[in-house]
Parts: sequence; C-alpha cells; structure tokens
Amino acid sequence: MSDKQQSVAFFRETMLPEQAPPATQRGIVKWLRENLFSGPINSIMTLIAIYFIYKIVSGAWPWFMNGVWTTSSLAECREVLQGSTGACFSVLTERWNQLLFGFKYPEDQYWRLLLAMVLLLVAVAPVLFAKVFPRKMLIFTGLYPFIAFWLIWGGTILTPIVALLGFVVGYLAFKKFEHQSFAMGMLAFVVGAAVTWIIGGYLTEAMSGFIALQEIPSRDLGGFVLNIILGTVCVSLSLPIGILLALGRQSSMPIIKWICVVFIEFIRGVPLITLLFVANVVLAYFLPPGTNFDLVLRVIIMITMFSSAYIAEVIRGGLAALPRGQYEAADSLGLDYAQATRLIIMPQALKISIPGIVNVAVGLFKDTTLVSVISMFDLVGMIRGPILASTEWNGVYWELWGFAVLLFFVVCYGISQYSQWLERQLATDHR
Amino acid sequence: MSTMTDPPSESFRLSQLINDTRYRSYTFQFIALIALVALIAFLGANLISNLAAAGLNISYEFLGEPAGYDINQRLIEYNSQSSHWRAAVVGVLNTLLVAVVGCFLATVIGVAVGVLRLSNNWLIRKIMAVYVEIFRNVPVLIWILIIMAVFIAILPQPRDFRGEDAEASMLLGSFAFTGRGFYFPKPVMGPGSGIVVAVFLASIAGIFYLRSYAKKALFDRGQMIPTLWPSVGLFFVPVILAFFVMGQPITLEYPELKGFNFKGGIFARNSLIALTFALAIYTAAFIAENVRAGILAVSKGQTEAAASLGLRPGRIMNLVVLPQALRVIIPPLISQYLNLTKNSSLAIAVGYMDLTGTLGGITLNQTGRAIECVLLLMLFYLTISLSISAIMNVYNNAVKLKER
Amino acid sequence: MKKTVLLGAMTIAGLAAGAASAATMDDVKARGKLNCGVTTGLVGFAAPDANGEWDGFDVGVCRAVAAAVLGDPSAVEFVPTTGKTRFTALASGEIDMLARNTTWTFSRDVDLKFEFVGINYYDGQGFMVPKELGVSSAKELDGATVCIQTGTTTELNLADFFRANNISYEPVPIETNAEAQPLYLEGACDVYTTDASGLAATRAAFENPGDHVVLPEIISKEPLGPLVRHGDNEWGDVVRWTLNALIAAEELGVTSANIAELAAGTNNPEINRLLGTEGNLGEMLGLNADWAKMAIMAGGNYGELFETNIGENTPIGLSRGLNAQWTDGGLLYSPPFR
Repeated sequence: MSDKQQSVAFFRETMLPEQAPPATQRGIVKWLRENLFSGPINSIMTLIAIYFIYKIVSGAWPWFMNGVWTTSSLAECREVLQGSTGACFSVLTERWNQLLFGFKYPEDQYWRLLLAMVLLLVAVAPVLFAKVFPRKMLIFTGLYPFIAFWLIWGGTILTPIVALLGFVVGYLAFKKFEHQSFAMGMLAFVVGAAVTWIIGGYLTEAMSGFIALQEIPSRDLGGFVLNIILGTVCVSLSLPIGILLALGRQSSMPIIKWICVVFIEFIRGVPLITLLFVANVVLAYFLPPGTNFDLVLRVIIMITMFSSAYIAEVIRGGLAALPRGQYEAADSLGLDYAQATRLIIMPQALKISIPGIVNVAVGLFKDTTLVSVISMFDLVGMIRGPILASTEWNGVYWELWGFAVLLFFVVCYGISQYSQWLERQLATDHR
Repeated sequence: MSTMTDPPSESFRLSQLINDTRYRSYTFQFIALIALVALIAFLGANLISNLAAAGLNISYEFLGEPAGYDINQRLIEYNSQSSHWRAAVVGVLNTLLVAVVGCFLATVIGVAVGVLRLSNNWLIRKIMAVYVEIFRNVPVLIWILIIMAVFIAILPQPRDFRGEDAEASMLLGSFAFTGRGFYFPKPVMGPGSGIVVAVFLASIAGIFYLRSYAKKALFDRGQMIPTLWPSVGLFFVPVILAFFVMGQPITLEYPELKGFNFKGGIFARNSLIALTFALAIYTAAFIAENVRAGILAVSKGQTEAAASLGLRPGRIMNLVVLPQALRVIIPPLISQYLNLTKNSSLAIAVGYMDLTGTLGGITLNQTGRAIECVLLLMLFYLTISLSISAIMNVYNNAVKLKER
Repeated sequence: MKKTVLLGAMTIAGLAAGAASAATMDDVKARGKLNCGVTTGLVGFAAPDANGEWDGFDVGVCRAVAAAVLGDPSAVEFVPTTGKTRFTALASGEIDMLARNTTWTFSRDVDLKFEFVGINYYDGQGFMVPKELGVSSAKELDGATVCIQTGTTTELNLADFFRANNISYEPVPIETNAEAQPLYLEGACDVYTTDASGLAATRAAFENPGDHVVLPEIISKEPLGPLVRHGDNEWGDVVRWTLNALIAAEELGVTSANIAELAAGTNNPEINRLLGTEGNLGEMLGLNADWAKMAIMAGGNYGELFETNIGENTPIGLSRGLNAQWTDGGLLYSPPFR
C-alpha cells in the first residue's frame, strides 16, 4: 500500500517517509539542550556546577586512589606517601574492630556480635518483605530478641528461655480469659508472665552455668554495633508504648488523656541530650538506693521514652486521618473498644503512619550518636576518644569521619528508600 | 426477645466496675491515677532517702554564688565573679543567638535548595538531591564535629599571619579568616553618628512608602510609577550626604594582629560559626524537602492557569504558587526551627558555651548540683518549645482554609 | 491493691537499701568485681591500650585495691568517667571508688560529701605552649587563647590566675583531653593548661614532643587522690590503707621482686606487720592477712607503679619531684603500720 504511486497531484494517499528530527532536537543534544542549557541562567548554573564537581573529583580522586591501607600509624602513612596527596585508610583497617565493636568487647567473642547482626537481618526480612518470605519466618522474628540477648550479653541460655516462657504462659492465660473481656485477658497475661518469671528467676540463679556464654557487661559494648543495638532496641520498644500513648491521648477518659498529653509534650519539648544527662547523672537519685542498673540500660530507657513520644504523635496523626466512618462502622458491628482498635482502627492507622514512623526511626538511629557526649564509646565516641587521641592516629580526620558518614548514610538511606517502596506497596486506595 | 437496657432501678453490683461500660472508664482512670501517684511517691521517696543518705539537699542557693569560671562568648557583661545565674543567662543568650542565626541561614539555604530541586536543569537537580540525601541521612553530631575539625584544620591560624613572608594574609587588609574564627572590621560610632543612622532609617521608611504609593497608584488609577531607581537613590544618596555633612562620624575599626590573636573588629568565634553552619545546613536539607513538597502540593492547574493569564514564570512563583505553598510549608518549617533549637544543645561537642555548656556543663560540674541544673535546663528548653508551638497553633488557625 | 504492692515494694527496697548502702565492701565481695571510676583516657594515668586493657598509674591503684579485697588484680571493672559524670557516678553507687586524678578540695570533701582517702600524686596546674611562640613565662600570655578541660579545678584556677595578674585571655572549654590535643596541635589555641602531669602525658603523645614547652609556673596546688563516698568508713579505710601500703612498701624497700622472699618473714617487724606475717592488721580491715602483699604484687609498690607508668623512662617522663618519699625530700609519708 505504502508504495502505491500517487494518482492525484494534490491529494496524498501515503505518508511521506519520516524525516530525522533536526540535530538540535534529537538524542543527546536535545537532552543536553533541554536539561542543561535551556537558557542563559541555566547554562551558567550548569557550568558552575560542572566546575565544582570537577574541583571536588580532582581533589578527592588522587587522595582516594593513593590511599594507604596497611601502615600502623599516621607517621608511617606520611612516609609511604612522601608528600604526595593520599588518604591514610590504614586507620580503618588497623582499628576496624574498635570502630565496629568498641574496644572492650572480648576479641574472641566478636563472632557473637556478628552472628547477632546477621540474624537481625534474617529476623527483619519477613517483616520488611512480607510478600517475598514465607510467613513462618515470623516465628523466628519473635524468637530473635531472646536469641540476640543471649548472644550479645551472654550468660546462661536459661535467662532468655525463661523470659520467652513468661510470654508464652502469659499468652496462653490471655487466650483463656480473653472471652471474659480484654482487660481480664491482659490481667491474666500479666499474672501468668510474672509467675513464670519469678519461678524461672530462681531456676536460672540455681543453674547459672547451664549452656552459658561468657557474660559480658553492657558497658563493654561499643562502636557501630552499639549504635545498631540502641537503635533497634529503642525503636522496637517504643512502638508499642507509642501506640498506647497515642490511644491514651485520643481517649475520652480525661485523666488518662492528660497523663499522656503531659508526657508527650514534655518529652518532645526537651532535647535528647538533657534526657541523656538525666540518665547519666540524675536518674540514680530516683531509684531505690542500691539498685544499680548500668548506663546502657538507663540510656535505653531514656531513648525509648524519647522516641515513643514522637511515635505517639505520628500514630495520633494516623488515627486522626482515619475517616470517622471507620469508627462508627466498627461500633455498629458491635465490637468493643479493644476489638475495634485491634481489628479495624490500628491496622489502618498504622498503615497511614508508616512513613512517619520510619522517619522517627531514622532520626532516632542518628540520635544514638549522642551517647558519645555522655562518655559512651559508640562509633562517634570511639573516633573522638580513643582513636583520634592515640599517638598513632592523631590528626586523621577525613578518613575516620568519612567512614562514619558512609556507615550512617548507607543504613539511613537504605531505610528511607525502603519506606518509600513500602508506601507504594501499601497504596491500596483506588485512584 | 426485644432487647432492654438495664433498668435504672437495678442495684449497683461490684462487677459493673469491670463489665459495665458506664463505670469501667472510672475504674481505669482510678487505677491510672493511683498508679501515677504511687509512681511519683515512689520516685520522690527514693530521691529523699538517697539525698538524705548522701547528706545532700535540693537548693538553688548556688545560683547566687560567684561562678568562678570565664566564658569566652558573652553577649552581656560577665566575668568570673558573676553569679552562676548570670552564667546561665549568658548561656541562654548564646543558645538563642545560635538558634536565631541558624534558623535564618537554614531557611535561606533550604528554600533555595528546595526550589532548585525542582529546577529544569538536570545537573542542578541531581546535585541538590545528593546534598539533601547526604545531609538528612547522617547524624547532625557528626556534621558538627566534621565542620569544626575541617574549620580548624584548613584555615590558617593567627600565627600564620605573622612575619614578613606570612603564609596567610588578610582579605582586603580588613577581613581575617582564621581557624579560631573570623575577624571583621567594626563600625565605631563617633559623635553625630546618630544623625546618619536616623537619616538611613528615614530613607528606608521612604522607600517602603514609595513602594506602597506606587502599588496604590497602580491599583487605583492603573498608573505605573517606576520604583527601582528611585529606591536605589533613596537608599544611598541621603546617607552618604549625611555622612559627609556630619564630618565622617562613623569609622571602621580594623582587626589587627597583636600578640597572640587579632585584636579589634568584630570576632565571630570558630565554635559559633561551625555550630551555626552545621546546624543550618543540616536543617536546610529537611527544609528543602518541606519546600519541595509544598510547591508540589500546589496543583499544576494553578501554574497553568496563571500562565494562561500571561504571567511570567517569576511572577507565577511569587504571586500564585508560593502563597499557596506557604500554607503547607510553614507548619513543618516551624517544627524544623524547633529541632534546630533543640539540636543546638550539641554545642558542647565543640565547646560553644550555650546553656548546656554553662548551666548544664561547667556550673553542674563545679557545684555538683546535678538535679537542680538538669531541671532548670529542661525547664528552659521546654519553655522555648512550648512557646514556639503556641505560636504555631495560632498561625495554623489563622491560615486554615475556611471551607465551605 | 496496686498501691499496697507498690508501697510494699518501696518498703522492701528501702530496707534493702538501708542494709546495702552501708557496706560497699560487702557489695564488692558479693559482686566479685571492683567498679573503679577512671578517666576516659589519659596516657600514663588511665587509658585503654590497643587490646582494650586499661593501663596506667590510677589504674594501678584500682588494681591494688581489687587485689587487696578480692585477691585478684584483674577483678576490676573500669568505668570511664568525664569531669561531669565522675561525682554522680560515685555518689549514686555506680562506682565503688574514683581514681581519676581528682583534686582534693574543701568543697568536694565537705559539700559534695566525698572522702578523699589520701594523695597519690602531688600535682599543680601548668601551661604548655608551642616552642615557636617564644613564650617563657605564663605572665606573657596576655590575650592568648587557652584550651582548658571543663569540669575540673583548672578552670577556676585559670580564672583566678589571670584575674590576679590582670591579664586577659580567651578560654576554649573542652570536654576531654582527647579533644584538646587536636585543637592545640592545629593551633586553635595557643596554650593548653591542665595539671602538669597531664601536660607531660599529653605532650608525650605528640608526634614531636620537643616542639612544645611546659612553662615553669605552677599556678595551683593539685593534690590528686582516690576518693570514696562519705559515710562508709570501713570501705574508706580499705582504700586509704591500700594506698598507704603501696607508699610504705616503697619506703620499706618491699618490691614486687622481693616480696615473696620478704613475706616468708623478716627481721623488720613493720614489714612483717605490713605483709601479714605478724599481727592481725588484715583482720582489722576485714580482709585477709595477706591483703597488702596482694596489693603490692598487683603492680609493685608506689615507686614501681610510678616508674612503669609515668616515670622518667616512660614517654611521659615525669620526675619524682614532690612525689618522692619523705626520706628523699618529697611529700609521700605513710602513717605507720602498727
């Protein structure tokens, strides 16, 4: 058809063959014109940007490529480099273990921390990617906190087992009394768990050598692992507390509402560092004399309080965003408060709040570096304290701080990218 | 069987406290209240017995005693004989200084970056995205420490300015950028300088009047009155005239290298600059995201409608997009200001003497009054936060869309 | 109901506390570890080495006390404290003793309710400057930028010194010694001031220690010593006499080398009493008879501790000076073991 001769002069039956677009409107030239040089101002900005990128790359590239990885002090680095630019990455290789694990965790026990971190990935995978991994893996996620506790802190395996048993017994008791009312169920849970823990407490004391790992006090934790532990523990603890606080703040019971409001506003009104001061220098005065739980635990309590207040606010936003009809529909089905909250309200409210919760989690993970101000040796504490002060590595800033930036960036950027992906996955509303 | 509500005459049974929704909330509240009171009593009793055991007491008398230490950065008169209270006030002012300057800088950078992230220049867009992601995803403490370290390591020290063939020299002979801070010339007000300042203020007022008059003329009569050149003229001419008429009363005091340091001029300390700058660029990354989200929240139809009215791109931004975007941007912006103020408590990491450094730092150390100091510290931050949120609530109510 | 439970818990806690707070020694023995507060890192006095083992002069005191009480010099948990946290850590019972070159002052003893058990180092505040500045006296420091560690007495001494001499200065407060070093080396401050021993230790860690001089002025008295809480005299005695035992051992010529031989019995009754072969000093303290022997064997006597950690043959290179035995013209003087 297309090759058919034209029969009438003024009337075409066939399309002209397509012509190539003009050179300026095609391929890379078009892209460049539209995206980089679309006007004088844009062109100038592009040139300035290219200049800056060139400056940075030309400065950093030889520095990076000439990096020295194997010496044992800065002086040796300088000797190797003989005046040419070059990084002294040997500080990272030499102090690798200190940067990751702190300087007090026994070296022959590092495998425990590594194993705990690897298992952490296994444990969170089914939560993060519910569609990819089988649901049965969630059982492992439930067990993980107990395994991790045992791996990181050591001691007899009975301690986490008893703790786990307490929850199991409590859950069974809850199931038994749940039909009466939710409150009775919770009461049964508390009683069941407490009884198990008390009995188990005597048992573990009696058999403290039973399949025991070397016990490691938590002040021996340090390095980036400490940041990860603080971050994960505090975020996971603060989620349930945050939900309770948010519900409490929405509650119609004035006393409970005001307790929650005052708590949330107080915590959100002060900087984390003052709360850490409280953990560090004041909290001991408010505890019964003689009780003496260590700094890491006190810090965990304070950071958990801090983040639960923020998470509560995020979830409150989610609750407020739910259409009124959802509450009314739940009521009209005859569900009581606990059922309605558990089955109708929370699943939807949490879904709405996920981006906010992830933001809080990332912020919290970044804030764990503040513990270095109260003389704990997390990643930043290690760099500021023992490493930069040592004779060998006095003055190695870029390499160390660059490393810290890299670690935090990878983790935090990963989390926020994940949350954006999840948001798209969960977008079930019809548009 | 038709359902019946409980007959009101029925006598009260104890089980109703748990099972009857009418009474259950009272039960819960009662339990919560008791638990709260018990908790407070428990903590209070511990505090009292602990303090008694240590032979200490809670008292704020130490605030009146001489502090005994010096503070380098002070906005009000202070020396080592001043009281701890005054040291705390110096700290408060330093905190506010960092917070205000930091918020201002963060807004400027953040808005610029946020707008540039939507620019149609691919390279600029990407660079801004990289900046935002890098700064948002790394702890602010690390940025503060890095910037301080870089500041000190890269810039020359005052001793490098010394000698004939000094390694460093002052910019235009009047600005010195050293690792200890920046030195600027300082205006010195001689007699008669008040008049110059007054003339200056008057001409500023004149410019504003001219602009509003021009606008009114435009709206009322459709008359275009040029404002740009008259404004520039008003800005410079009267002041320069007054300056020479009064016999040059305002002179500049230049910083000079004397002894160990530069003397004279205005000195912006390294810790102040590093802290403010670090907080500003960190917070700016968040603000940029807010600004971007705010602009994107204005529907495309608005831009197109404005364009179809024949407005230029700059005007579309100023007159149509930004006013609508602001409503979305301001609330998160204010909470970023709040975060910046709270993050300024990290000043301690670079030795900047904010409130955490004076009251929560040296005073706490020297007097050992940990409880009192930390309480006061929290109270101060709480006051700032609550007043900022109060302002925000007022604002939110004011700009709330009046829905039909 | 809940209230009664809580009240019950409170009373029990209160009772337990009444029993617990009095006897630090029982706590330590029950725990099997001594919690000892040290600095976060000052080479020579207390610093973790590359393997994370704590080492130093103050650390030696901790180890000696642990050896005396528990018989094991390694049964110590070192708790790093900053200038800010050290006193609360001690007051709240987080640590049993503080050996963190802490200056014995009136207000710390009386107002903060601590018990300084003795002096293990007689120190004084000094100044360190780079040689190239050509400064030879602290009085020439007008207008200088001075790095100081906050939360220490040095801060107050400094303010007093400059005020008394009517010269101006610019203080740069710094949290830890570690952070002060780069600031000073990069020239962000002209002068670094802290206790003279700390200056020597800091200078020793520099790449070119010879480029820096410590000025001759010592502007304050800084008697540094271990301290414990007020009100637990038994524990205070244990720490005090462990320190004295180390000092007396040097005076009596008891070293870690010859202690095994001397412990078999000597003609010197004081050595015998000290080492527990005669009398019952250990029992009086509530310790084993060989407590002092264990303490001395932990790291040697005072002189040995000094020599291995901060003495002239170490990078820190401090001479004994005031810290010599009284018989050698110093101030170290242990009360008799009798």
